[in-house]
Amino acid sequence: MTGGFTIRNIVTVALLVALVLLPLYAELAGQRFLLTLFTRIIILALAAVSLNLILGYGGMMSFGHAAYIGIGGYAVGMLAHEGIFSGFVQWPVALLASALFALVIGALSLRTRGVYFIMITLAFAQMAYYIVAGLARYGGDDGLTIYKRSQFVAPLDLSNKVQFYYVCLALLYGSIYLVWRLVNSRFGMVIQGSRSNDMRMRAIGFPTYRYKLVCFVIAGTLCGLAGALLANHTDFVSPGILYWTRSGDLIIMVVLGGMASAVGPLFGAVALLVLEEALPFVIKLLGTPFFGEAAARASEYWQIIMGPLLLLVVLFARGGIMGLLAKVRAKERA
Amino acid sequence: MTLFIEQCLNGLQFGLLLFLLAAGLTLVFGIMDLVNLAHGSLYMIGAYFAATFAVWTGNFVLGAVLALAATLVVGMAVEVIAMRRLYGRDHLDHVLGTYGLILFFDELVRVIWGPEGLSLSLPSWLNTSVQILPGVNYSAYRLAIIAVTMVVAGFLYVLVMRTRIGMLIRAGASNREMVGALGVNIKLLYTLVFGLGAALAGLAGLMQAPILTVQIGMGENILILAFVITVIGGIGSIRGALVAAIFVGFVDTLGRAFFPDLLRLMLSKDAASTAAPALSSMLIYLLMAIVLVVKPEGLFSTGQK
Repeated sequence: MTGGFTIRNIVTVALLVALVLLPLYAELAGQRFLLTLFTRIIILALAAVSLNLILGYGGMMSFGHAAYIGIGGYAVGMLAHEGIFSGFVQWPVALLASALFALVIGALSLRTRGVYFIMITLAFAQMAYYIVAGLARYGGDDGLTIYKRSQFVAPLDLSNKVQFYYVCLALLYGSIYLVWRLVNSRFGMVIQGSRSNDMRMRAIGFPTYRYKLVCFVIAGTLCGLAGALLANHTDFVSPGILYWTRSGDLIIMVVLGGMASAVGPLFGAVALLVLEEALPFVIKLLGTPFFGEAAARASEYWQIIMGPLLLLVVLFARGGIMGLLAKVRAKERA
Repeated sequence: MTLFIEQCLNGLQFGLLLFLLAAGLTLVFGIMDLVNLAHGSLYMIGAYFAATFAVWTGNFVLGAVLALAATLVVGMAVEVIAMRRLYGRDHLDHVLGTYGLILFFDELVRVIWGPEGLSLSLPSWLNTSVQILPGVNYSAYRLAIIAVTMVVAGFLYVLVMRTRIGMLIRAGASNREMVGALGVNIKLLYTLVFGLGAALAGLAGLMQAPILTVQIGMGENILILAFVITVIGGIGSIRGALVAAIFVGFVDTLGRAFFPDLLRLMLSKDAASTAAPALSSMLIYLLMAIVLVVKPEGLFSTGQK
C-alpha cells in the first residue's frame, strides 16, 4: 500500500471503483446475472480476506476456514428456521458462534506448527461438516432453505438485490480496511514477526501464542460474517458450504491474489470465480473451430484444465496477481 | 456378543485398511517432506482400475494385481511430472499444487468412466462367510483384507528395517542432503518411495472397492481420516501410523455401532437419536484433540519437524 501512481495501485483503485459501479452497468446492460455473480464473489472475497489475515500475514496455514462460513450461515439458517428473523439477533449470534469455534479450534491447533496445523484445522473443519450433516432437525445432508432474509430496520431491505450487493461491498471494503489497519498496528507487527521467526519473537518477550490466538479468532469471526451473508445470498444453507474443498478454494483465492496483501484476496476471488464461469465458454469458443462438437462436450470438463493451471500458478507465479502487478512496475523503472 | 466380536473385527479391518493409506502418506511426508493431498486420488484410481481390470480379465485376483501395478505406474508418473517440482518448497505450495491434482484426477475419472459409480463384485469363493468361533460367522472377504494388510505391514517392516533400500529410506528421512552427497541417486529413491506410497493407497482402494461403491470423491473422505491418523501417530512414523490406524478404526467402527445405544441410556430417546449421528462421527476428532493436548507432536513422533 505504498503511495504513488504505480501500476499496482492504479489497477487496485480501478477494481474497487468498478465494483462500486457494477450494479449500474448490470442494470444498463440488462445483465442481471452479473449482480448475482458478483455478490457471490464479494462474499467469498470477504472470507478470503479473513483467511489472508492468518494465512498471509500470520503464516498460519488454516485448511479449515470454510467451517466459519458454515457456522455463520447455519446460525442464520437455524434462527430463521426457529422463526427468529431479526438481523440484530441473527448476525451477532453468527459472529459469536464463529468466534467461539475459532477460539476452541485455535487454542488446540496453535499448540502445533507446520504441517500438523494444516491437517488439524482440516480435521476440525470436517468435524464441523459431519456435525452439521447430522442435524436432522435442520435438514441434515439435504440442507436448510431460508424463507426470509435477515430483517433490519425499515430502509434497509436485504431482499433488494442492489441493496444487498452494496451491504456486502461495504462490509468487504470495511474488512479490507480493518485488516490493513490491524496488520500495520503493533499487534500486526507481532503477528508478522511471529510468521518470520516465532522463536525470536518469544525470546524478545512476546507471548506469541496469545497474539496468534486473538488473530485466529478475529479471522474466524470475519469469516462467520461472510457465512451470514452467503446464507442470505443463496437463501439456503447445506453442509456443502463447509466441505473441505471450500476451504481449498479460499486458500486458492488468497494465493492467486497474492498473500499478505490487503486487497490481494479480492483479486484472487474475482479471478478464480470469473475463471470458473468463463473457462467453459472459452474452451467452447476456442475449441469449436478445431474440434467441433467435441469442444462443446469438453467444456463440461473445465476442471481438468483448472487443476493443472493451479499447479502452474504454484510453480511459476508465487506472488499471485499482486506479485505480477508489482513486477510490472519494477520493469518500468528499470 | 456376536455383534460385538463382529464389530471388533470390522474395526480391525477398517483400521488396517486406513493404515495402508496413512503409511504411504507418512512415508512420503517423512522422506520427501511433502504434504500430498492427492493421496486420496490414488486410492480412488486404484479402485477404478480394479473395477475395470476385474471385468476385462474376468478374474478378481488378476484384476487386483493389474490394478496395483497400474497404480504404481501412475504414482511414479505423477512424481516425475509434478511432485518432483514441489520438493523443498513451502508446505502451502504442496497443499495448493496437490489440491490442483485432485481437481484434475476427479475430472479425468469423470471423463474416462463417467459420473456414475462402478461396482465390483466378489468371486464366489470370497463372497461367503466363515465360522471363526463356534456360532460366530464372519465375511471371508473382510478376513482376507485383514490377512493381506497384515502381510503388507510385515513386508513394509522388513523393507524399511532390514533391506538396503529401507536403509536409504531411513537415511533420507533423517538427512536428505547428506544421503545425496554420499552418492545415492536421490531422484530415483524419491520416485520409488512415492510409487510405493501410491501402490499402498491403490491397494487400499481396490480392496475397499467391493465393499463400497467406486465413485468420484471416494478418496477425499478417507484421506481426512488418514490425516487424523498421521497426526495422532506422529508424522513420519510408520509404527505410529499402524497403532493410530487400528485405534481410529476401532473407535470409529465401535463408536458408530454402540455409541447411539450408550447415549440412549443417558439421554431421553429423542435427544439421543438426534445427537447420536453427529456425536459418533465427532468421536475420532475428539480423540485427536485429546492426543494433541497431551502430546502435540503425536504419539510416536520421530522428533523432526
